[in-house]
Amino acid sequence: MAEYLILIYGDEQSLMSADEAIFAELMSGHEEFGKKHHQSIRGGNALQPTSTATSIRRDASGSVSVTDGAFAETKEALGGYYVVEAADLDEALSIAKDVPTPFGGVEVRPIRVFD
Amino acid sequence: MEAAVAEAHRREWGFVLAATVRVAGDIDLAEECVQDAYARALTAWPAIGIPRSPGAWLTTVARRRALDLLRRKGTGERLEPLAAYPALAAEASGSAEHSTAAGIPDDRLRLIFTCCHPALSPDARVALTLRLVCGLATPEVARAFLVSDTTMAARITRAKKKIAAARIPYRVPHHDELPERLLAVLDVVHLVFTTGHTAPAGSDLTRGDLVEHAADLARMLAELLPGDPDVEGLLALILLTDARRPARVDEAGRLVLLADQDRAGWDRSRIEEGLGLVRRALSRRPPGRYPLMAAIAAVHSAAPRFEVTDWEEIVRLYDLLLAKWPSPVVALNRAVAIGFANGPAAGLAAMEPLTSEPALAGYSYLASARAEFLARLGRDGDARLAYEEALMLSENEVERDFLGGRLRALDG
Repeated sequence: MAEYLILIYGDEQSLMSADEAIFAELMSGHEEFGKKHHQSIRGGNALQPTSTATSIRRDASGSVSVTDGAFAETKEALGGYYVVEAADLDEALSIAKDVPTPFGGVEVRPIRVFD
Repeated sequence: MEAAVAEAHRREWGFVLAATVRVAGDIDLAEECVQDAYARALTAWPAIGIPRSPGAWLTTVARRRALDLLRRKGTGERLEPLAAYPALAAEASGSAEHSTAAGIPDDRLRLIFTCCHPALSPDARVALTLRLVCGLATPEVARAFLVSDTTMAARITRAKKKIAAARIPYRVPHHDELPERLLAVLDVVHLVFTTGHTAPAGSDLTRGDLVEHAADLARMLAELLPGDPDVEGLLALILLTDARRPARVDEAGRLVLLADQDRAGWDRSRIEEGLGLVRRALSRRPPGRYPLMAAIAAVHSAAPRFEVTDWEEIVRLYDLLLAKWPSPVVALNRAVAIGFANGPAAGLAAMEPLTSEPALAGYSYLASARAEFLARLGRDGDARLAYEEALMLSENEVERDFLGGRLRALDG
């Protein structure tokens, strides 16, 4: 078995401006996902919007700069994640396909294991 | 003896590698062992004679070598050769879908489904298939797709790393996802074929080696998935289209259009085999992409002369194909068929919406097909511009010669 990170990307503007019914549908979608895949899910969280993000970079001289905002400005921002356990990529992808993503999609990344 | 080893390389590489991956649990290690087995054949076969089953001999040598290397690597550790690649190992314990008389599992389907996994880029799928299933060396794969050796080597390495790190399984897909995954495999084989049928660049119209590899791959799939209409359709398409190869260029190597080909030069045995496959593939309803494309090729094969081609039937088949597969290239071919069925003006009208299609912007056939119809309508100025555009977009020298000749004929 191996672990995979499912990164949930979506258009923040659409999410923020979604009405209550759509938001409720999204939440119940995640509940359903959690029930269906509780044996595979190792963790997961929703994130506050990128307007709350703070990025830290270190330049060549070693000095640290702290800036307001996400590390990379993109239309579709990271909004949450799951960590799942799966036998192989096919199983991980079939789990990831069940993540509700009304405003974007997901990226599946294998978690690296160091010996 | 070298010829025998070369023959075994062409025919058996995919089989030997697929069977060795199971034992090695890792593609790179398996490749190394298979290469080693072929090198040993060169020295061993002159002494012992060509084995009755070269594939079984090579597989046995390659697998033994893999176990040896794994044992050596595992010194001091628990002997668990497959532990490093559990996604491969988990499957290796399962029974093979096919095996040979010698009891060696035939894992070529697993290998090709892994090479053509949707999680790999389309470029990487083709490269891996040619390299791992057909046994082409990296520079040969690079040459087919007009990239440098280093670019191709990097592409292959990256894809192999992803297979290992993301655990792309070594497995024939489950029943419910098999049709979709098989279509991805067939697309790769079809791309190998089209690349060989009209080489993207160079002094020859075709790359016969790539055509043969595509035909071999389609035959392999037809053997391992008997009766599948999409597989039979693709094999038929390859056979029927390639049957025209001897007539596609004249003695001087110049391009001869379908309209002007000497149909006596078409390969009858390939046509007969292809027609039989098309009939079977079309009996399954609704027919898929490849049976429909093969059916179109079959209409051409059935016409004794270009003038008696049943263009209305071809247009009908393109309508079905376009509904199944709404691709701009299919739409272009349909427009050409309309031009032959209803006259050049109708063909041009059908092409008109395609001129703003971004996917066709670099496609020389749109310009050359427009040029042909414009010339037939006597619109020489417009035809000239279209031929010039096609010339700019084609890098195949045989095609360029042909287009240059058409351009000069307009001036003359």
